[in-house]
Amino acid sequence: MIEAARCLACKKPKCVAGCPVNIDIPSFLHLIEEGKFVEAAQKIKETNPLPAVCGRVCPQEEQCEKVCVLTIKHESVAIGRLERFAADYERNAGKIKLPEIAEKTGKNVAIVGAGPAGLCVAGDLIIAGHEVTVFEALQKPGGVLMYGIPDFRLPEEIINAEVQTLSDLGVNFRYDYVVGRNDTIPEMLAGDFDAVFIGSGAGLPSFQGIPGENLIGVFSANEYLTRANLMKAYRFPEYDTPPIEAGHVTTIGGGNVAMDSARTALRLGSRSTIVYRRAREQMPARDEEIHHAEEEGIKFNLLTNPTKILGNSRREVIGMECIRMELGEPDDSGRRRPVPIEGSEFEIECDAVVVAIGNKPNPLIPQTMEGLELTRWGTVVTEEHTMQTSVEGVYAGGDIVSGAATVISAMGQGKVAARAMDHYLRTGKNPDPPPPPPPPKEKSKKKKE
Amino acid sequence: MFRVLGNRKVTPNAHEMIVEAPEVARKAQAGQFALLMVNEHSERIPYTLSDWDKEAGSVTFIVLEVGKSTSDFVRLQPGDEVAHVTGPLGMPLEVDNFGTVALIGGCYGLGGVVPVGRTMKAAGNRVITFVEARMEGMHYYLDKYESFSDEVVQTTTDGSNGIKGHGVDILEARLKEGVQVDRVFAVGCPFMMMITAQLTQPYEIKTFAALNPIMLDGTGMCGACRCTVGEETKFACVDGPFFDAHLVDWHELRDRRAAYIRIERDVCK
Ligand SMILES: Cc1cc2nc3c(=O)[nH]c(=O)nc-3n(C[C@H](O)[C@H](O)[C@H](O)COP(=O)(O)OP(=O)(O)OC[C@H]3O[C@@H](n4cnc5c(N)ncnc54)[C@H](O)[C@@H]3O)c2cc1C
Ligand SMILES: Cc1cc2nc3c(=O)[nH]c(=O)nc-3n(C[C@H](O)[C@H](O)[C@H](O)COP(=O)(O)OP(=O)(O)OC[C@H]3O[C@@H](n4cnc5c(N)ncnc54)[C@H](O)[C@@H]3O)c2cc1C
Ligand code: FES
Repeated sequence: MIEAARCLACKKPKCVAGCPVNIDIPSFLHLIEEGKFVEAAQKIKETNPLPAVCGRVCPQEEQCEKVCVLTIKHESVAIGRLERFAADYERNAGKIKLPEIAEKTGKNVAIVGAGPAGLCVAGDLIIAGHEVTVFEALQKPGGVLMYGIPDFRLPEEIINAEVQTLSDLGVNFRYDYVVGRNDTIPEMLAGDFDAVFIGSGAGLPSFQGIPGENLIGVFSANEYLTRANLMKAYRFPEYDTPPIEAGHVTTIGGGNVAMDSARTALRLGSRSTIVYRRAREQMPARDEEIHHAEEEGIKFNLLTNPTKILGNSRREVIGMECIRMELGEPDDSGRRRPVPIEGSEFEIECDAVVVAIGNKPNPLIPQTMEGLELTRWGTVVTEEHTMQTSVEGVYAGGDIVSGAATVISAMGQGKVAARAMDHYLRTGKNPDPPPPPPPPKEKSKKKKE
Repeated sequence: MFRVLGNRKVTPNAHEMIVEAPEVARKAQAGQFALLMVNEHSERIPYTLSDWDKEAGSVTFIVLEVGKSTSDFVRLQPGDEVAHVTGPLGMPLEVDNFGTVALIGGCYGLGGVVPVGRTMKAAGNRVITFVEARMEGMHYYLDKYESFSDEVVQTTTDGSNGIKGHGVDILEARLKEGVQVDRVFAVGCPFMMMITAQLTQPYEIKTFAALNPIMLDGTGMCGACRCTVGEETKFACVDGPFFDAHLVDWHELRDRRAAYIRIERDVCK
């Protein structure tokens, strides 16, 4: 409450603008200050259906907390932690209040994927009075929240509670359903559904293409984390999926996914090392995550690039050959490019390697649907104000649109899509773009600001 | 939940399991598989779709009892339920009139060849079906094979039924006699598929094999099922399971399949 009281309640709160879903931050902080915790949670839920999740995994230091005016002189208000507190309080008090549902429209919406983007659209459209069915390929909801982000950062009960709320509101969940292999999107539109939202994420793991990547003991971060989180391999043999037993796990990469993998390795009883080809300042992971990883005793081999994974005659991993890097000239993105230092090759002994260098969109949906325009990265092209794809009645958002991004940006796009879809379902048309498009000159000026 | 409709022991270690899964049956095509979890604690285990009935909404698997997950499954009786069935998964087989098609089935492939044969026959091919087993009493789908085959060749390792030897041995004899075969499909254990590939390579007969690496999600998300095919890494669950058998790195497949053998064996003790 004291922390919440530090909020100055600015007239033009920058934090709200900094939030991808524009949570009314000063109002919820004020409610916390007054001790009205449940009301605070409900305030957040007006714009963010998954506060308990976002309070834990959002990069607040890049968003709302970054622009808080207090940061000029002091530290920002701990908005993220307060968000988490309010949401947990509401859930633990058993006081989750279901929002009112608008009069039923009789329209049917199909949502592909139960990740944060899909769940967000499901919540908004059920409240708007439509019938909503979520189709999920796996046996559980949540997408990356369930199979990727480990329990120690985001407990499974939280996702289940959020999904329960959606079920209580009337959202129909269909698991074990792979859109494209079961019905395709064109079949859904020809059948029961009036509109479709694609929230299928970026779930296709990338590998580096170095020798030895198919050795036993080399895993994509997705596989490593899925075994641990979704399949609960760490509770083997109570659960049937075998865990990965390794003395020393080396993780390649410098993002949140790499931190989660390396921290999971520690919890599975392995020694854990991260190998990343750039420097610490250039790591894309959240600072907080890097701190945790360091504190827990994970070893960082920075400016180091793996060149080969080494195996024995049984094709099991026994180590990794690396080369040291130094920072050279800046590349197109302005980041200094790492270049190999000749003759600096060395070996790391390890018996498992986790490759956490990124994910691409799964091509199944575009393959099974004509006319869906893609970028050259395989992401789906959408219209910014509506998130409509090149196909009428089909919208998309989240990692399938932006590539591997964040939970909150997936939800932000979901919000935009839900608003447009509601309009489309009611009128057969997309809403007009909110502000009239400024003439081209001003537009380029605006971008620079 | 998905109800078990039938469980018939077809050989000492194999069961024909029929499961109610209308969404899978509705879309199933030859060459595809399904993933099944017996209960919420189970592994996600891939099984080839051996048959399906769209009207009844059921699918049929031939399950070889080899470890914990497969024995949990075959222990279920009609009326019991399995927690999850996902499918159909994988690329449907490319179907065309190739001329003469030879099918080679071993292990669970005794069931796995059935949909392949049916669609190949329907596309106008002459179909020769080679089914191999260890001994008498392990051939159980004769009527099914006869419904789509121009010729059925049964072999047993000990000669107790049909011709003594392996399916590939007989195929080789036929090829030597000058029998024209335009395409070969092999479904079964990796060893059998590998020797089939080795046999047909000098004859330059296009050969496809249904790869069976360890899988996890079966949707292309994890890469557990990586296989090397023609120097390229492929995900068997989304790019396969059928691949050009002459391009497959069979030794890698064999070794990768053994990844968890020690730990799995311990749990069965
Ligand atoms: C290990 C890890 C850690 C991360 N940490 C953070 C963090 O700390 N903070 C943060 O903000 N972001 C983090 N991210 C990123 C964030 O999780 C993603 O940006 C976000 O989950 C994207 O949401 P989404 O809804 O677009 O897709 P996803 O969460 O990927 O969900 C997509 C869902 O669609 C399903 N699906 C796919 N194809 C089909 C189909 N054909 N039919 C049916 N269902 C289908 C998938 O099974 C999946 O459940 C992390 C990501 C990973 C992998
Ligand atoms: C596309 C495909 C289709 C298949 N079709 C059939 C079928 O129709 N009938 C049938 O009986 N079997 C089939 N298999 C093999 C079957 O999945 C394995 O026999 C089964 O997973 C063994 O599990 P277990 O726990 O009983 O044995 P375990 O003791 O776990 O393992 C025995 C052996 O099975 C293999 N295996 C283990 N886990 C997996 C896994 N998650 N995915 C794949 N293989 C694994 C390994 O090679 C292992 O050495 C198929 C496999 C694939 C990939
Ligand atoms: S089983 Fe996971 S990608 Fe094929």
